[in-house]
Amino acid sequence: MAKHETPLLDQLESGPWPSFVSDLKQEAEKRAKNEEGLELQIPVDVVDDLMGILELSFKHGRTHWKHGGIVGVFGYGGGVIGRYADQPEQFPGVAHFHTMRINQPGGKFYTTEYLRKLCDLWDFRGSGITNMHGSTGDIILLGTTTPQIEEIFYEMTHNMNQDLGGSGSNLRTPSDCVGEARCEYSCYDTQDLCFNLTQEYQDELHRPAFPYKFKFKFDGCPNCCVASIARSDMAYIGTWKDDIKIDQEAVKAYVGGEFAPNGGSHAGRDWGAFDIQAEVVDLCPTKCMKYDGDKLAINNPECVRCMHCINTMPRALRIGDDRGLSILVGAKAPILDGAQMGSLLVPFVEVNKDDDYQAIKDVIEPIWDWWMEEGKNRERLGETMKRLGFQALLEATGLDPVPQMVQEPRTNPYIFWKEEEVEGGWTRDIDEFRKHHQR
Amino acid sequence: MAFVSSGYNPDKPMEDRITDIGPRKYDEFYPEVIANNKGKWLYHEILEPGILVHVAESGDKVFTVRAGGCRLMSTTHIREICEIADKHCDGHVRFTSRNNIEFMVDSEDKVKPLKDDLESRKFAGGSFKFPVGGTGAGITNIVHTQGWIHCHTPATDASGPVKATMDVLFDDFKDMRLPAQLRVSLACCLNMCGAVHCSDIAILGYHRKPPLMDHEYLDKMCEIPLAVAACPTAALKPSKTEFKGQEVKTIAVKEERCMFCGNCYTMCPSMPLADTEGDGIVIMAGGKVSNRVSAPKFSKVVVAFLPNEAPRWPSTTECIKNMVEAYAKGANKYERLGEWAERIGWERFFEACELDFTHHLIDDFRDPAYYTWRQTTQFKFSK
Repeated sequence: MAKHETPLLDQLESGPWPSFVSDLKQEAEKRAKNEEGLELQIPVDVVDDLMGILELSFKHGRTHWKHGGIVGVFGYGGGVIGRYADQPEQFPGVAHFHTMRINQPGGKFYTTEYLRKLCDLWDFRGSGITNMHGSTGDIILLGTTTPQIEEIFYEMTHNMNQDLGGSGSNLRTPSDCVGEARCEYSCYDTQDLCFNLTQEYQDELHRPAFPYKFKFKFDGCPNCCVASIARSDMAYIGTWKDDIKIDQEAVKAYVGGEFAPNGGSHAGRDWGAFDIQAEVVDLCPTKCMKYDGDKLAINNPECVRCMHCINTMPRALRIGDDRGLSILVGAKAPILDGAQMGSLLVPFVEVNKDDDYQAIKDVIEPIWDWWMEEGKNRERLGETMKRLGFQALLEATGLDPVPQMVQEPRTNPYIFWKEEEVEGGWTRDIDEFRKHHQR
Repeated sequence: MAFVSSGYNPDKPMEDRITDIGPRKYDEFYPEVIANNKGKWLYHEILEPGILVHVAESGDKVFTVRAGGCRLMSTTHIREICEIADKHCDGHVRFTSRNNIEFMVDSEDKVKPLKDDLESRKFAGGSFKFPVGGTGAGITNIVHTQGWIHCHTPATDASGPVKATMDVLFDDFKDMRLPAQLRVSLACCLNMCGAVHCSDIAILGYHRKPPLMDHEYLDKMCEIPLAVAACPTAALKPSKTEFKGQEVKTIAVKEERCMFCGNCYTMCPSMPLADTEGDGIVIMAGGKVSNRVSAPKFSKVVVAFLPNEAPRWPSTTECIKNMVEAYAKGANKYERLGEWAERIGWERFFEACELDFTHHLIDDFRDPAYYTWRQTTQFKFSK
């Protein structure tokens, strides 16, 4: 017998898509039965009350959660988000319902051994409800009480070799695409770079010292499966400098219909025979391709590496061998001054595991120093860049301006010339001027 | 229930403390075929919706069966995932950045038993636990935020509208009939933890009433200067008012300047915005993050407001379904929704999707607004 009637939520049990309501119900039932006889450390009816409070929100059209309080683990300023219900008497099981962010492994690969350990811990000391995964990439453990937080952290660090993720004004948990682990497009090892930088910057991740949040995301190629260009303050997007590798026999196999275009992704409709001219050559954004009926030619220096031809004919075309990544900075969602896409700062940087990715760290650290010095409270890097100008970022990083950094040059001539750029400087003698120009 | 210690000693928090160890290293969790072929993949194919094969230089193949998942997931459900992964995949599994679950096997004969197993599992309420799909030119899982299950600022729920929308779009999760992939995202307020600003179709929670002032508590709960400074439109100023015969410090809101962002509420709990009639959904469309063919694009607001209609949000799902059908009908092969809209012109997009154009859709927020007005005589007449 359910603790609370949930007639509105119950309507989300039907339909084909997995029902989170059914899942919550099975979890509530499991806790009520407690077949293993666990000494559950938070209320046994936590999931019942979670459904109860959600039902009330469905009825009211308003949330019933209050602002977070200050909760966390000793020595960290992030990783735990306090959460309290605004109807604690009615739903005591979720009166305190704090979130813990757990730093996910690269590529979100898991062994069942690890996942079960996590489940055991969370059944025992938490609600048994998670997000797999949160928007930034963490494993989210949803709902525990204040006394359990240090206990969970202790067990996690001692028994699972596992740390928390980021929250607040710090480096948020970096995340990566599947990368070289299972993708032929990946121009660098996203998971290794992500892991390396996450380890290098543990202090920045756990102890908020930034003006606001700061996100790293790692995409192996310009397809941007983890949306780094839209969602991260610093996006690391794989690219290459040399030629796309062509297998002319495979091109013919696509033309002849032997291979399905785009890895067979359009199989749900009859689009007719593959037309390499219309589907590849004509869609090339720089028109740098030609197909003469026998051979496909690419004028590689004109290629902007949009990935379309490679995506469409993955068995015939492969990324080049001189690989690295581009760094784009300043992406963010609309709060406050409108959404921003990442802007290209470093067109190409080598990705060198052997020197611990020093060339990349040499870009990161001056940016942080500048932003921590100049950024206002709750100002994202992209907003600081807009306020102070791209030139200020160039000065901070010591990078030389290149035309790749802009879509087009400025349309106004309001250049903030610096005194040292102008011959003779700005100090002049008005009396000397007046000798030739009467008042 | 008795408190059970983990071994942590609250009197000596630094005793045996382990910190700053970061995540587990990725390669501890690779399946064997992944570990053996990392960086040496040649190509991939989608064998059928939800099933991929990646072929390596060595000749090894990894077959991936992708199943839709709820981002909100119980440990009971995770344990079931583990049971499946133990049975079919040597104890390995991964999740995608769009909350799908990927089961990988190293030979083709293992695919069908795995797929059949996944498709056979249903929740007590009748929905699939692990629907297979979400690949290629179709609709994959909706990425979303917390909503009413856990957040203090939402203007709509997340899991509820997502379930309702995915039920309506389910056929396209299982199929690949669209011109290109179509990414749907949901953020329950414009803080956009879900960053829906670059999605083909975005569902965004939005408030429409200015903050409700709790004068009695405001000065006790909040730092007034911080809350005032948080307003992007300078609609707030420190003020004084009389409460029960006593003068109290508070904040005055110039209501006509409020853009309902809720940034003040983030700084000050004594100015809530949530409201049954005021809150609802904005629909945005035409964004993308890929650099393929055209540059990444922001989503544009195409419907200014739809009401919160729990539990199934029918106005929202109907609007989305119409857009998907219009896109399926009108776009060229490989063309993303935003590329289609730009090719035919947004004036045609509104016709094709049977959407009303209202003044709310013309940008009036600062500089970027001007660049979205039409500065040419080139346009199409409405039919």
